[in-house]
Amino acid sequence: MVDQHTIRAYDRDLDLLERRIAEMGGLAEKMVIDAVDALASGDTVLAHQVVETDPRLDLLQREIEEQATQTIARRQPVAIDLREIIGAIRVAGDLERVGDLAKNIAKRSLKIGIESRVPRAIIGIKHMNEFATELMKDVLDAYAQRDVERALDVWGRDVDLDALEDSVFRDLLTHMMEDPRNITFCAHLLFCSKNIERIGDHATNIAETVVYLVTGSTLPTERPHGRSVTGAETDARGEL
Amino acid sequence: MRDEVAAQKAGKPPSANKDKVLIRDLNFYYGQTHALKGVNLNLFAGQVTAFIGPSGCGKSTLLRVLNRMYDLYPGQRAEGEVMLDGENILSPDLDLNLLRSRVGMVFQKPTPFPMTIYDNIAFGIRLYEKLPKSEMDARVESALKRAALWSEVKDKLNASGLSLSGGQQQRLCIARTVAISPEVILLDEPASALDPISTAKIEELIDELSGDYTIAIVTHNMQQAARCSQYTAFMYLGEMVEFDETNTVFTSPRDKRTQDYVTGRFG
Repeated sequence: MVDQHTIRAYDRDLDLLERRIAEMGGLAEKMVIDAVDALASGDTVLAHQVVETDPRLDLLQREIEEQATQTIARRQPVAIDLREIIGAIRVAGDLERVGDLAKNIAKRSLKIGIESRVPRAIIGIKHMNEFATELMKDVLDAYAQRDVERALDVWGRDVDLDALEDSVFRDLLTHMMEDPRNITFCAHLLFCSKNIERIGDHATNIAETVVYLVTGSTLPTERPHGRSVTGAETDARGEL
Repeated sequence: MRDEVAAQKAGKPPSANKDKVLIRDLNFYYGQTHALKGVNLNLFAGQVTAFIGPSGCGKSTLLRVLNRMYDLYPGQRAEGEVMLDGENILSPDLDLNLLRSRVGMVFQKPTPFPMTIYDNIAFGIRLYEKLPKSEMDARVESALKRAALWSEVKDKLNASGLSLSGGQQQRLCIARTVAISPEVILLDEPASALDPISTAKIEELIDELSGDYTIAIVTHNMQQAARCSQYTAFMYLGEMVEFDETNTVFTSPRDKRTQDYVTGRFG
């Protein structure tokens, strides 16, 4: 890693930023896992816990932004330090969004808890979530260790999550066509699968930030494309 | 950038910028002390190049080579090539007065002459040209305007240059340099003795003058280098460690020594 600054308080500022990011990462990761567990098991206590954790994530993001702003103002960071700080702001933003998406899944699980109709429809969602959680975990490790290789690996794997989302989409569509009483339930699940797919996109964003942070150069804006259900190519955010 | 320098070495034209000064394999000695070690660098026409590096790294020495200031001192010698528009200024038969009219210099401490503000400017012009009074007046005014000092001194041109504030004195020195229409302006820590507002005025002036003049500035203030230059050269122990666009040097420098220096991790 890089050497210490002559002014040691500068290192303490940057360390604090990094610790807060690590804390956010841990929280966001847990929220995602818990939200889908709550969805699959109908555990309302767990779902409420996820919803209640979100404000902490928001607060941490604000603290990170405030501290980053102060560090920029007071120390005029350049080169690696500047990239660290810009990186922290970006990653905090992504993690905050991940928290929101997890919260949304938890809220939906509370809504559909009573009318959970086709348990097997949730299997695909769980599978997607395992995949997204893995991406999150890997990218947070890549961030903590400034590991470009690992970040690039996450960056390339997100396309598989997009493909999974497509198959879940088809699956849910089938359930809806089989029995219109499934529609409300499955529509909620559709949103959940979209949320999980978005979480993968945020993991990809973080991977891009890690590469920028370490190397100073940015990845191409185009990622490997997936095929969507309609056959149209999706863009980097997975949108049609 | 590296490709560009390589391309130039291979005789290919640079992509965008025109060379004003080309320094090749420059070595400099203070007696036995080897102060500059094989320095290669281009100063691009109309651009501002900042030299940064810890004390004793050779940046001021490099500046002093560019107008042969070192010639005033015995035992100091330069080897290599410094081409100003294709002419080697290290050549012994060079007209030094002419060189110094083409390459002007401003020092760390303001050095106004102990004479009136008007004469501080006119003095240098008289060395090279004989002008009628009205024309001289116009030249003095235009130099003071270029140095953004005119509005502050136009009613007291006969006051002593020494009566001005430090920041004004420094701008007077820049006006004096500009008055004889040099092609290159060398600034050695021009704002290090000035308060922040005077510093900002000097930096604004550097920005104003770039384009028309090729400017080289030595500064210990890295933020200043970042603010007012298009190119930055980082020197260490007499070597040119990294020379690149300022944007690159301050966001993603290539060399670890540059990174350590600009981020405050040195020593």
